[in-house]
Order: sequence, then C-alpha cells, then structure tokens
Amino acid sequence: MTSADRLARLFLLPLLVFVAAFFALPMVRLVGVAGSGPNGMAEYLAILTNPRHLATLLATLGLSAAVTAATLAIGTVVALFLARNRFPGRALLVSLLTLPLAFPGVVVGFMIILLAGRQGLIASLSMGLGMGRWVFAYSMAGLFAGYVYFSLPRVLVTLMAAVEKLDPALEEAARSLGAGRIAVLRDVTLPGIGPALMASGAIAFATAMGAFGTAFTLATRIDVLAMTIYTEFTLAANFPTAAALSLALGLITWAVLALARNLAGSGVAAAG
Amino acid sequence: MTPALRPHRLTFAFQLFVTLLACAFLMVPAGASILAGFTVNYFRGVSSGLTLDWVAQVLALYADTILLSIAIALGTLCATLVIGVPAAWALARRPSRLSRLLEEVVTLPVAIPGLALALALILAYGAVREFRMSPLFILTGHVLYTLPFMLRSVMAVLAAVDVRTLEEGAASLGASPLQRFFHVVVPNARGGILAGALMVVTLSIGEFNLTWMLHTPLTKTLPVGLADSYASMRLEIASAYTLVFFVMIVPLLVALQLFGRPATGAR
Repeated sequence: MTSADRLARLFLLPLLVFVAAFFALPMVRLVGVAGSGPNGMAEYLAILTNPRHLATLLATLGLSAAVTAATLAIGTVVALFLARNRFPGRALLVSLLTLPLAFPGVVVGFMIILLAGRQGLIASLSMGLGMGRWVFAYSMAGLFAGYVYFSLPRVLVTLMAAVEKLDPALEEAARSLGAGRIAVLRDVTLPGIGPALMASGAIAFATAMGAFGTAFTLATRIDVLAMTIYTEFTLAANFPTAAALSLALGLITWAVLALARNLAGSGVAAAG
Repeated sequence: MTPALRPHRLTFAFQLFVTLLACAFLMVPAGASILAGFTVNYFRGVSSGLTLDWVAQVLALYADTILLSIAIALGTLCATLVIGVPAAWALARRPSRLSRLLEEVVTLPVAIPGLALALALILAYGAVREFRMSPLFILTGHVLYTLPFMLRSVMAVLAAVDVRTLEEGAASLGASPLQRFFHVVVPNARGGILAGALMVVTLSIGEFNLTWMLHTPLTKTLPVGLADSYASMRLEIASAYTLVFFVMIVPLLVALQLFGRPATGAR
C-alpha cells in the first residue's frame, strides 16, 4: 500500500497549501495586528475591559440566546407536528418551511423590512386596524425576527430527522406506565431529541452571534458585535480593535459549536 | 394501544397553529417581495398594475453582478472539486488521530464568522494590489468558506460505502492507486460529490458576510448589489432584484432537497 500512501500524501498537499496560505497565515496576521495597537497586548481583552464593547458583547449574547430559545421552541413544535402527522399537503408544507434554507442574511433582512418596515405588511395591517403604524424592523426586535427567520429552516431539518428516528414505542411504553402527556414530553421525547436540539441550537446561536448581512441591511445603528467590528474597521480604520474583537467573536462561535458537538456526540454514545 | 399515541385534540390544534404561523412568517414576506417586483407602485398596491419594467431595469443596472456571481460560483466549484475530492479520499482512507486533527483544522473556517475571515484575508493580502483588486480575492474567500462542505459531504459518503474493500478488490486485480481513485473511488462517491457541489454553488451565490468586505467597486457580486439596492433603490427595484436572485437560487435549493441528503446527514 506504499504507493497508495504516497498518492494520498500528494492529494492532501493542495488542501494543506491552501489552508496554510489563506487561513492559517491570515489568522496569525489577525492575532499580530490585534496586539499591535497603542494598547499593546491589552487590546486582546478589549471586549471585556472596554465598557462599550462589553455592553455590545452582552447585548449580542442576549440576542443570540433569545433567538436560539425561540427558534428551538418553534422548531420543536413544528417538527413534532410534521413528523407525527400525515395529511395531504404535508410535503408541500415541509418544502415551504425549508425553502429559505439558503437565503443569505441580506435577503433575510429585506424580508424583515417587507414584514415590519415602514412600508411593511404589519405596518399596513396595524394602520388598517386603526392602531397606528407598527414598525420594528430597524431595531433589536427586527434583528431578532431576522435571525429566527434565518435559523428556523436549518433547525427544522435537523429536528425533523431526529423526531423521525425516535422510537414511538418508548412514548407508548411511558404512557402505558401511567405517565401524563407533559411527563412523556419532558422525560421521553425531549431527551430523545436532545442531541439534535443541542447541535441545531449551537448552530443557531453561533449564526446569530456572527451574522452580519441581516444587521447590515436593517440598520447600521444596532449595537451588535458584527456591526461594531465592521464600523471599527471601515469607518474608524481602527484595525487592532477590529482584529481583537473578530478574534473574540471567532473564539466564542468556535467554542459554542465545539462544545455542542462534544456534548451531543457523547449523548449519542451514551444512548447507544 | 393506539389511543396513547393519538395526540390530544388541543395539542393537535396548537401544533397546527404554530406550524401554519411559522410557514406564514417565512413565506408571506417572500411572496410580498415577488409581488412587489412586478407591481407598478407597491405603496398603492397591485391595483396600480403589473409590470416587467422593474425586472428589466434590474437586468440593465446589475447584469454584471449577476454574471460575476455565476462566474465566481463556478470557479469556486472547480477549486473545491480539485482540492476537496482527492483530499477527502486521503483523509477518509485511514482514519487516525492525525487525519482527525487535519479534518478539524481544515473545517475550522466554517465555525468562524465570515467577517473575521475576511478581515484576516485583508490584513494578510490587502497590500498585494493586483490580487486585492481582482475577483480572485473574492474567489479565495468563497473557496475557504465552502471547502469544508465539499470535504464533509464526500467523506461522509466514502465512510458509508466502504470504499476500502472495493479498492482492495481493484488493487488485487492490478489497478494502480490513481486508476483506483478515478475508477472506483470517484464513481462510488458520486452522491456525495453532487451534494457537495450543489451546496458549494448555493453558498457561493448567496455569500455576503465575506464578500462585502472583500469586494471592490469593480468586483461586485449579486448579494453585494442586493445590499446596495436595499439601501439606495426604491422598494420595487430591490424586490425585482431579489426576484432575480430567487430565480437563480430556488432551483439549486430544490435540487439540494432532492439530492442533498448526504450533506445534511453528515452534520
């Protein structure tokens, strides 16, 4: 097998060169630039020590947590419904719910403008009902709606697959042993799809933390981490701060995804 | 037996309500956008008449962004095929701690926000003017971001079909490693390659987070143009432009739903 080994090594070479040149090297440069500002190494901790950046970090974390909770709650209800019921039009419903899977953040932002912007559907509806013009697209609430829109199709795909793999006999057994509906949901169904909830929740959280397109479309004034990085870099030309904040952001999203994968992975192993 | 499984009527009604609400939340704005792209005056409503003028204006104003996006998507596809498929085989061939670590490192760009990746690329190569100004700069970013999807998709299939046994069979018949790769590995990984390819093209055409930072006034892609039009054009033009994007992306999404199982299963 030595000639095959040699071929494998040859086949890996382009990948390694590409990743080294366009990922590893730029990342090293990012770390270098972050520490090269007037604050020196202290800049690495700017996200924690600068009160303005810390407030932005907390707001972004709060928003991402809220988006994750809402998306998982809606996703679980819809996934249970679609996986457990068969009715005409179900396939169409599944297609429609997963169609926005690859809408980029900018387009999702535009969807929220059409829904809740100045000329939006909600505005004209509330005007028609004589309740004044409801406009919330260009605020944290709009961003929340945008990220739920973005993540819901992804979460649904994962959760539906998990619910379909769940053995209905487990729930049946729990019911026949006298467990109530809520108890079955809490003790059997939700733990059964636990790994899927963890994995898709982590993706929703990381996306909301780092997404830029939706915030960019809705308003440049919303104080979330991605917008701060963008304005520091392009408007203030403050490269060290932008680099340090990017590093912190990248570290958070990577850690959340890695943690969830480990937890979900060990959960799967324990169950099997 | 069965009554235990049948959902409570109230539960059923609640679930149906949430499902329909979620569907409306996702689909009503998309429908409004499509309608607005064909409406003479969205503010006055459909009664103002239907027109193709907005679409024509978009094609006149933004044709170059559409063509550039297609070119970059195809270029990204070629690069991910050439780099990704052979590497996926090399990584999947003999799972070891080293190959696991390598896989971890090369799929890292997916876990890091595009904004951070773009910043790092600009800080490292922004001074190389010819590179910075050319569409190749955007292409590089797209390859960086999409390569992991191609790798995972192909590796998942290779793990599932037990290519090693097939390869051993071919080797015992005297096939060289290169022959085995092209005549045994690639045909057996077709499904994963197709799913990965669809994923790569879909992601590249819609990519904004990286591209917005990497683009120059002369290298604008479709999503960059979209962001421009959302900020500065009237709602009807923005909608018509979004419509053009939907026309490009929805067939890809439908194909992804039909053939994309290996990619979603790999997660």
